[in-house]
Order: sequence, then C-alpha cells, then structure tokens
Amino acid sequence: MIVKDIIDILQGEVICEGDLDHEIKTACGSDMMSDVLAFVKDQSVLLTGLVNPQVVRTAEMMDMACIVFVRGKEPDESIIKLAQSRDITLIKTRFRMFTACGLLYSNGLSGGCDV
Amino acid sequence: MSAIHLRYEVPGDDFTRAGEASGAVKKRLKALGYNPDAIRRVAIAMYEAEINMVIHAEGGYCDVDIYPDRVEVLLADKGPGIPDVEKAMQAGFSTAPDNVRNLGFGAGMGLPNIKKYTDDMRIETEIGVGTNLYLTVKVNN
Repeated sequence: MIVKDIIDILQGEVICEGDLDHEIKTACGSDMMSDVLAFVKDQSVLLTGLVNPQVVRTAEMMDMACIVFVRGKEPDESIIKLAQSRDITLIKTRFRMFTACGLLYSNGLSGGCDV
Repeated sequence: MSAIHLRYEVPGDDFTRAGEASGAVKKRLKALGYNPDAIRRVAIAMYEAEINMVIHAEGGYCDVDIYPDRVEVLLADKGPGIPDVEKAMQAGFSTAPDNVRNLGFGAGMGLPNIKKYTDDMRIETEIGVGTNLYLTVKVNN
C-alpha cells in the first residue's frame, strides 16, 4: 500500500502533500502520543483525532510519512507548515477513528505489533 | 573526547515548540549517517524528556554529545523535582494536569518510554531544585 491508496480508501482530502508514493507498511491509531511513541515498528501512518503540532512532531520522531485526521478535523496553519517542512503528508477523512482504521485493516494494512 | 557537542534551550512556556531540540538532533544524526534505528531511539527518548520538561519544569536545556559509538544526552531543568522516582517510572503513573492529557500526553508513559529506548538512563533529582536526566544510546553503525 502507498499513501495514494490510503487517500482512496479513506476518501480523504490531502491538506499537505509529501511523498504520495511512499510505501506504507503498518499503521497506528491513537489520540495519545505517548502510546504512539511506545511502539516502534516501522509504522508509517498515524490516524488521530488530535489536532496540534505535537502530532506532527510525534510522526517526525517515528519516521512516519503520513498523518490522517479522522472525523474531518482540520489542522491549522502552524501544523500544516510544520508538516511541510518535514515532508509529511496530511490527510483528512470524514470517517471516525474506528471506521477509518477498519477500512485500512480490511484492505490489508496491519498494526505491525499485534500483541 | 567528545566528537560533537550540541546545546539546546527548551522553552518552558510554549508547548508547541517542545520537540524542536529532538528534531534538530535527529536531523544532525541523519546527516552524520548514524543508523536509523539508533537515531529513532535517541529522538523518541529525547522528545519524551523535552515534553516532560515543558509539562513539569517550565523548560530547561539539553546537552548532546555525539560519539562514534554512542549518543549521550543530559536534560537539565530547575523544576520542582520528582518526589518518588520509582513511582514515576511505573507505566501509567502520571501527575500531569488534565490540560496536558488533552494535548495527547500525560499518560504516564514518558519515563517508561525513555527507559525502553535508551541503553542507560540515570535520574538526579532534588525537590525544589530540579532534575538532571542522563541518557545514553549505543550506536552500531
């Protein structure tokens, strides 16, 4: 799966464009950034309902290529600028967290750390 | 002898800037060609520590020493100190206020995460004086 596929599956809208051909191996869905930081497993996409610059910083530390904001949440200009400078793709989807994760999972994406 | 020494201020009044130092160190290590796994471990441990400094201690500074075989980081603050280090090390234990949880932190995973990603971690803390957190991450290039 690549970033473009995520956009298609989640009927997402690109807010900030990074490398859309970047390969996505696994995903992580959480509003708690410390939980995201607790499991390093080459996760390349973060789904979250949290909207603040620390979401981008967390993705940066984890080498994630893409952030999906669920429930149609809109990041502000400071978040978009930070993502641009880090070459991280920002996507928003109208789906809620459970559904967004479920759609990606049923299309073959896993969490990478299943225990 | 230290190969490269870096110092960063961590502003205590601006949560949005927490992570600037970690991001800068990550970039530097990448440019120096260190292995990605080690870089990530340094970045995550430092980032959690930076967040802690902003949440609990109104900022401070970090000193980073980059050696060929390891990265050493000191994060120093003049905050309130940690009353019970053992408790603070427990996963899930947190004294962070609710507004911090709304920002995605304060789950009590900071210090446990830092310990997990570093090869050595040492805390010097004194109530009312501050906390020094020493981290070492070994690098196998």
